[in-house]
Amino acid sequence: MDFQVVVLAGGTSKELVPLVSKEVPKPLLPVANRPVLSYVLEQLELSNLKDLIVVVEGEDAALRVGGWISGAYVDRLHVEVAAVPEDVGTAGALRAIAHHLTANDILVVSGDLVSDVPPGAVAAAHRRHDAVVTTMLCSTPISGPAESGSAGAKDKIKKPKRFNIIGLDPTKQFLLYIASGAEVEKDLHIPKSILRAVGQMDIQADLMDAHLYAFKRAVLQEVLEQKPNFHSLRQDVLPYLVRTQLKSEILLNGTPQAEENGHEKFTSRGNQAIISQILANASTPRFHEVYESIHNGSPTAQRTHKCCAYIASNSKYCVRLNSIQAFSDINRDVIGEANHLSGYSFSAHNNIIHPSADLGSKTTVGPHCMLGEGSLMGDKCSVKRSVIGRHCRIGSNVKIVNSVVMDHVTLGDGCSIQGSIVCSNVQIQERVVLRDCQIGAGFVVSAGSEHKGESLARKEK
Amino acid sequence: MDARRGSLPVPRVRQVGFFTPNAQPAPTRSQSGPPDSSSPPLSDSPASNSLSPVMIPPPRHHSDNLAAAPRPTSPLPVPEPSPFRRRGADNNNALLVGSYNPAETLLAMSPSSSHVGDGESEETMSGGWFRRSNSGKLASSLPSGTFDFSPVQSTAEALKPNKVQNPVGISVLNNTILAEVSARPAPKEQQPEAPSSSKQPKPKLTKAERRALQESQRAAKAAAKAVAAPEEVATIKSVKQHQTQKKDAPQVAVSVAASERKGGDKSQEKERRKDAPAPRMQFDDKSRVEKAKRRSVVDQTEAKKRVELFRHLPQYEHGTQLADLESKFLQLDPMHPAIYKVGLQYLAGDISGGNARCIAMLQAFQQVVKDYSTPPEKTLPRDLTAKISSYVSFFTQCRPLSMSMGNAIRFLKNRIAKLSPSLSESESKSSICTDIDRFINEKIVLADRVIVQHASSKVKDGDVLLVYGSSCVVEMVLLHSHELGKQFRVIVVDSRPKLEGKALLRRLVAKGVHCTYTHINAVSYVMHEVTKVFLGASSVLSNGTVYSRVGTACVAMVAHAFRVPVIICCEAYKFHERVQLDSICSNELGDPDAIGKVPGRMDVNYLNDVSNSGNLQLLNLMYDATPADYVSMIVTDYGMIPPTSVPVIVREYRRDHLLI
Repeated sequence: MDFQVVVLAGGTSKELVPLVSKEVPKPLLPVANRPVLSYVLEQLELSNLKDLIVVVEGEDAALRVGGWISGAYVDRLHVEVAAVPEDVGTAGALRAIAHHLTANDILVVSGDLVSDVPPGAVAAAHRRHDAVVTTMLCSTPISGPAESGSAGAKDKIKKPKRFNIIGLDPTKQFLLYIASGAEVEKDLHIPKSILRAVGQMDIQADLMDAHLYAFKRAVLQEVLEQKPNFHSLRQDVLPYLVRTQLKSEILLNGTPQAEENGHEKFTSRGNQAIISQILANASTPRFHEVYESIHNGSPTAQRTHKCCAYIASNSKYCVRLNSIQAFSDINRDVIGEANHLSGYSFSAHNNIIHPSADLGSKTTVGPHCMLGEGSLMGDKCSVKRSVIGRHCRIGSNVKIVNSVVMDHVTLGDGCSIQGSIVCSNVQIQERVVLRDCQIGAGFVVSAGSEHKGESLARKEK
Repeated sequence: MDARRGSLPVPRVRQVGFFTPNAQPAPTRSQSGPPDSSSPPLSDSPASNSLSPVMIPPPRHHSDNLAAAPRPTSPLPVPEPSPFRRRGADNNNALLVGSYNPAETLLAMSPSSSHVGDGESEETMSGGWFRRSNSGKLASSLPSGTFDFSPVQSTAEALKPNKVQNPVGISVLNNTILAEVSARPAPKEQQPEAPSSSKQPKPKLTKAERRALQESQRAAKAAAKAVAAPEEVATIKSVKQHQTQKKDAPQVAVSVAASERKGGDKSQEKERRKDAPAPRMQFDDKSRVEKAKRRSVVDQTEAKKRVELFRHLPQYEHGTQLADLESKFLQLDPMHPAIYKVGLQYLAGDISGGNARCIAMLQAFQQVVKDYSTPPEKTLPRDLTAKISSYVSFFTQCRPLSMSMGNAIRFLKNRIAKLSPSLSESESKSSICTDIDRFINEKIVLADRVIVQHASSKVKDGDVLLVYGSSCVVEMVLLHSHELGKQFRVIVVDSRPKLEGKALLRRLVAKGVHCTYTHINAVSYVMHEVTKVFLGASSVLSNGTVYSRVGTACVAMVAHAFRVPVIICCEAYKFHERVQLDSICSNELGDPDAIGKVPGRMDVNYLNDVSNSGNLQLLNLMYDATPADYVSMIVTDYGMIPPTSVPVIVREYRRDHLLI
């Protein structure tokens, strides 16, 4: 279908600091015991997109990600892993690999997207409207363990709530305005020209940019080239394109137009004009065309471009793993309500217990739980709504609720872990009580200690 | 209802009268008497000198007259050509032709036994071969030019069924034979030269003769084109005999050629059968629907509530299809992106209108052809045809094809099938691409220009023109007339739910045309001030029925009742040989929910609660059929014709687009 896919996998993200480390870069963070990147890759594979470019920040991380991909997808996908320096941003990353892009349209996916929205839908909307950029919007996830009722999570949500402001046309197909929550202070500035052209704008605050874009390659490359200070796709490139859609600067330079002409070669110019006229009259005019016809008169000199939005339906799952909260939410959802994403088959009790896992007597594993291979559990343990990784050794009388325990974790007897994330190789000694904590990899929690809402990590040497 | 409507039954009666030849002869028939026969008799035939814009080929016209001439018992004896009669006569011609043509084309595709006349001739064909070649010999021995031998053939043809092995005219010149032919149906005492020829039982004779006449027309046409492209001519199945007759070349060579042609003809026959659309699926046939579903690319949920009368038409739940198709965008590997894009646009309603849909489809095909490379161990014509067929079925799933698109597809497949195998892949690809370009340019763009020229000549100062919906040709006509500086007013009649007229209105007003906008429910109020009605058409069928956007029939009928001329603008590539009497058997169903909604008014949803109850079924028809009675004129790229002449164009065009 002439789409090239770029997966922006990221590197060691600062927002996920105790969870990610040099050993475990963000793309490899386990979600239901699978690296988060695998969700994106599998979704792309389902869509028959098998030639991918995975961009990873940092050489080390790239090596690790590349190693994992080549192991896991050796005969299924054709993946090129490209390393870019850290902190170049998403736009910078694309700029770095721009010379690899050849297809007409580029699909840019964030590697931390856990979603079951088919990327093809975005691509199709992009093609149908002949848009310059199409972005996928999904409803903002209700963050926080809403149904768990854990009291401690409340103060997490209380941080200043900011909304992404997204303006759409009445048909909800075109993007008219976009401002991310961080930029919006108190007021919005919406240019009058666009309001005049569209007539009506729906402003929505409940939508989130899912970081799945379809770009016209020529336009993307041009923007990246012309605006070297653009850092991020979401914050710079997309708003720029949306802002200039009625007085397009990029298209004036002629590259996309030349391409258009290349598509439709006709013998006679006059006939071509008539044909395009027929085609234009047949379709219901979008506001872009209306605006153009009013202001320019000549429809040949295109001065507008279209920015489309694809709004994922509410029944679809679509969350980005970009915060610690999101991490635990996704882990919960993937084995819970969105369990078709995990790719595992659930038992009758609605949980997954690997056959090699060993459970002691009177140990209960509730629904929406996952127990990785080779994990040992002592007696009288109770696991609810949690993910436990591989080869964990868990003592007796341990309670694990709403938590994520990664691989090779040792838990002493009588521990109680609620709403926490315990990374790999952590050692937690006896009678430790953890509540809403994040324990970095390799950390040792001493016996009998109690932690609440803390982030514990080994000092980086 | 009035004179115009009353004119239609007349030709039918005449046709009946054709069977009883011993009443008093028509006075005007004498035109084909011996003295003037060397000059083609069409010159003084009433129809040919009257209706100049109708571009019916001369030979045919002449013989039509011949056929039409002996109608002695007609209740209205044929008088001198008067304006009114002219129309009647013309109708008659077209009816005669039309009564044969669909049968013939049908037969060409699927040998149905219902058409007795054709079946008969098929049977006699092999038997009559030698006899015909005999007569061909005698024809070829005649020192006749290309133009003259059509009557000769017609005589030969006509005489044969009458078992006149050696007619008087053999040794005589053409003109006497011609005279004989024209004389035969007439009373004997008037034409003493050939008294024996009219001994046959009457109905059989007339049928055979009409048949012969028709064949002679075709032969004449073929003669004109034979030099350029002999094998195309052979497609018309009975022409091959005439080929042998007509040649002045040595007889042996001709017969060889004929036998070759016969073989070629068969394959062509097969080809045409292949091209013919499969019988339309009836969607009330459950097992077939199931089968089709399994094959289909688009997941379509059948609409649950369908109106009983329209159960046989495809109807799916709207709204789900687009999302579904979009989500599969990248998964459908064999689908070309251009095809997919156009399909999506059809489904989403981004492209509507016959011309635009056809152009978009052809351009997508062009793209496909450009990107095509023949897989190993396959041949381009076969593989590409199969590919295009699969794309066409995809388009059909997105939205049922219009008849014009069907014609375009048939043309394209024909071109691919005709590619010479010696061409290299790139050559054949470029040849297909240029063919598509030519189709778009000649059949759509140029045709539109011609139509605009013709139709705007009908717009006079002070006219009030009524248009319905949004037809691109009609719009061009209006704009062109406006550019010419004609002073006229336009009434744009529109209808829910699509309100397509709004866009047209916007464009017209922007160009400075004086407009009135109203909805179809007010059409009877505005009609009294209207002087002409211009309508577009999705297709024109060979019985003159105009298949167009729903509401057109209503407008045409009201206009007819007010005695306002109804002018249909339609490119000839949209003509179809199908005959349709109502708009039930073949139609398209739109989104039924659309009629319950008012655009821009979310608060108007009075039908929402009712439509959920089982007692209400919504019906949103897309097309209707306007009977030919209500159409005064069809403006097409071949000129301005009455609706009864459509079959002529269909036949001409058919051959034409084989020739392109």
